[in-house]
This record gives sequence, structure tokens and C-alpha cells, in this order.
Amino acid sequence: MGYQSSVEILTEWDIVAARQLGRNEAKEVGFGTVDQARITTAISELARNIYLYAGKGKIEIQRITEGGRFGIIIIASDEGPGIPDVRKVMEDGFSTSGGLGAGMPGVKRLMDDFKIETTLGEGTVIKATKWIR
Amino acid sequence: MPQEIERQYKEILRQYVMRQTEQNLYTGQNFSRQLIQKNIAPEEVISIHKASLEEMFPELPMNVWHSFDLLIEMMIRYGLALKEHESLLQKQEEMKVEMDLAANVQKTLLKTTVPSVSGLEIGLVSVPARQMNGDYVYFLSDSKDYAGVAVADVIGKGIPAALCMSMVKYGMDSLEDSHTNPAIVLDVINRIVEKSVDDDMFISMFYGRYNVENSIFTYASAGHEPALFFDSEKDDFSELHAKGLLLGVVPNVIYNQHDVKLKTGDFVVMMTDGVTECRTDEGFIEQEIIASLIRSVKHESAQTMVEMVYKELEKMQNFELRDDFTLVIYKKTS
Repeated sequence: MGYQSSVEILTEWDIVAARQLGRNEAKEVGFGTVDQARITTAISELARNIYLYAGKGKIEIQRITEGGRFGIIIIASDEGPGIPDVRKVMEDGFSTSGGLGAGMPGVKRLMDDFKIETTLGEGTVIKATKWIR
Repeated sequence: MPQEIERQYKEILRQYVMRQTEQNLYTGQNFSRQLIQKNIAPEEVISIHKASLEEMFPELPMNVWHSFDLLIEMMIRYGLALKEHESLLQKQEEMKVEMDLAANVQKTLLKTTVPSVSGLEIGLVSVPARQMNGDYVYFLSDSKDYAGVAVADVIGKGIPAALCMSMVKYGMDSLEDSHTNPAIVLDVINRIVEKSVDDDMFISMFYGRYNVENSIFTYASAGHEPALFFDSEKDDFSELHAKGLLLGVVPNVIYNQHDVKLKTGDFVVMMTDGVTECRTDEGFIEQEIIASLIRSVKHESAQTMVEMVYKELEKMQNFELRDDFTLVIYKKTS
């Protein structure tokens, strides 16, 4: 584990700030342009979910290394209502985007690893990891 | 990203920038097919394009390079939409396989054997509009004195309708005795269906029983299409009406049964609304047309009759079945 930074999500503008943070980190860690764009898209999706469904929360970016590999973890956490049916939100075509290739399945596809922990009435923590290829 | 692809793309681009021929464009388009097969996302293609261009024309202004970054950003969601599409297609394929299996299970489960009794020919076609059939035909016969037949139709079609039918089957299995009166048969099945099926699921059913000894066809109906009786002497059809509520509405229903005596050459046509509500783009096919269609094949065997009528109606509807289609003919031959 190493360097870590975060952005509070309260308004729609904070989504942009979170993207900016993610892109800077991704660039510094050494991701190429395409992966930078993927990471920021994932951050957009996660931050938007916080903004729309939890009201407020936080996006943290951690730089990670493991066995000579470098990467990034996005941690999206909120104290919102939680997700009643995780399997459902992970289904293609379920998200409110109406099958435009986004939502949680989109984030999972953009990143290498995706973990979700949610408790009804307490909130949700999503950790999405991407490694430099 | 495989370097070989980058190399090939650069070569295609170089050719095209030099000579803008249709041939070069065609080569490019064929290459895109390979890229899709290899799961290369659209944003990657733009990234490859940018990299190739940087090598070929390093002197281009910065603005141009920046513009590619925007384009890459734009393409991320297209890439995601493509992946989602692929995974949905795969899911659809899996569901189709499962449906095929279910349809086979249904076929085995609901299998019924056309009985053979002396002096009577029986013809049967039952074709589902979709994969699974919401129509059901069940024969109850001792192969000697009686040949009973139930023709049922669930209001609705597809999987829910098909599942519902297994209930009717097990109810019919429990009857065993082929001389059971049609009114009793409907009463028993009604109780079973009423108890075990959702309130919004209704089944219509016609039950007919042919008595070999006296050639009398006894029938009762639970809100089902009337059967047609063809009197060969008068060369005319009449409808076999019987009053009775649909199955599954209330537990205690009195069903009335009626008799009709068959002479040689007479026949009874039982069907579901997939037959009576056959329609073309211009509207329903007239009842008289269906009747005259049946009359035109009256000299054929019962099985040939139902098959010919089905083929003709299928053709009239442009080979698009809108509802499950079931036709049963009982024809007295001697």
C-alpha cells in the first residue's frame, strides 16, 4: 500500500474532481491514455451512483504495488441505503442507464478486479482495482 | 495490446494515406472484422490510430494529438456497450438452449397415445405458436369400449401456460376409468385447477367420450370452443354447445353433458381458439371458410384431414402462427 488521496462526493461537480484525481494518479502510476480513460469512466460511474443514490460519500484512490506490478484501487464508499439485491445491479441491462453499457457491470468490465460490500441501512463500499499491463 | 496488430494497422493506414483507393478502404474494413474477433475495443483502435500517426507524421500540431484523447474518452462507453451486447447475446443463447430442453421435457411429460377402438378414426395435430405448447390433448381410453379425449387451452401462451398443463395431465391421470362421464371429468379437473393454479390463470377444456357399443359421443365443456359435428347425411355442420364455466374460477361448478349419435361418415371436430381465431392481415378467417375447408377433405382419413386443414390454414396465415393450434377429429368409419 502506498500513496492515498480522496474526494468527497456531495454535488455533481465533485464527480469531475474525483475524475481529475483519478486521472492524475493513473497518469503518474504509468497507465496509458486508454486505461486512464477507462479508470476515469469507472470513477465517473461510481461517483455518480453515490451522488444519485446515497447523497454523499467518498472516492479514494490508492496506488498499489504487488510483485513488481503497479496499479490503482478506486474505493467508493457511502453511508447510503445500501443495495438490496447485489446480483441484480450486477446484471447486464439492469442499470438505470437502460443498457448503455454502464452501471456496475460496466465498472467491473473497465477494471481488473471488483468487490462490493453492502449492508442495508448502513451503506456500500466498492473496491475496484486495475493493474498496468 | 498485440504489437502485430499495431504493425498491420500502421501498414494499412500508410497505404491509404498514400493512395485513397477503394481497395485500400476494403482492406481496412476487413481488418476491422479481425479486430472485433480479437475483442479489440473501439477506444484501443483509436489509440492504435494515434500511435501510428505519431510515427508517420510526428510534426503534426499538439492540438491534433489532444483531440485524439477526447475521441478515446468518447469511445469508452461504445466499447462497454459492445461488451454488454456480447454478454447479452451469450445469455440469450444459454436461455435458448434451456428453452429447448424445457420444451423436450414438456413433450415427454405430456405425451399421450392416440387410442384405437373399433369403428373410429382419430386425427390429431397440436402445434405450439412459440416453443412451448399451451394447448393440451389427453386421451383416456381402455382401447375397447370407450375413447375419451380432453382438449384444453390455457388462457395465455408460452412457458406459464405450458407449466399449467402438467396439472391437467396429472388430474387426468388420476381418473383412470375411461367410461367416466364428461361432466364428472370436468368437475374433477376443475377442483384440481382451482386449488393449485394462480387466480389469473384460466383453462378452457372440452371433454368428449365416444362409446363404441352405441356410437354415442358424449361431451361437456368448460368455457371451451364448441366442437363441430358433421352430419354426413345432411352434408352439414352444427355446433356442439355445452354450458360450463372455465376451469379454475370457482370450486363448485355443475357441468352439463350432452349426447350426439354418430353414423358412419359423421365426424366431430374439436379445436382450440388457435383454430377459430386464425387470422390473416385482413382479419379473422371466417368460420365458414374453416368449415368448408374441413368439408373439402371429408373423404380422407381423420389424420389426413387434420393435417390438410392445418397446412391450409398455416398457408393462409403466411406461416405465422399467432396462437397454439390444436385440432382433433373423431370420425366414425363403420
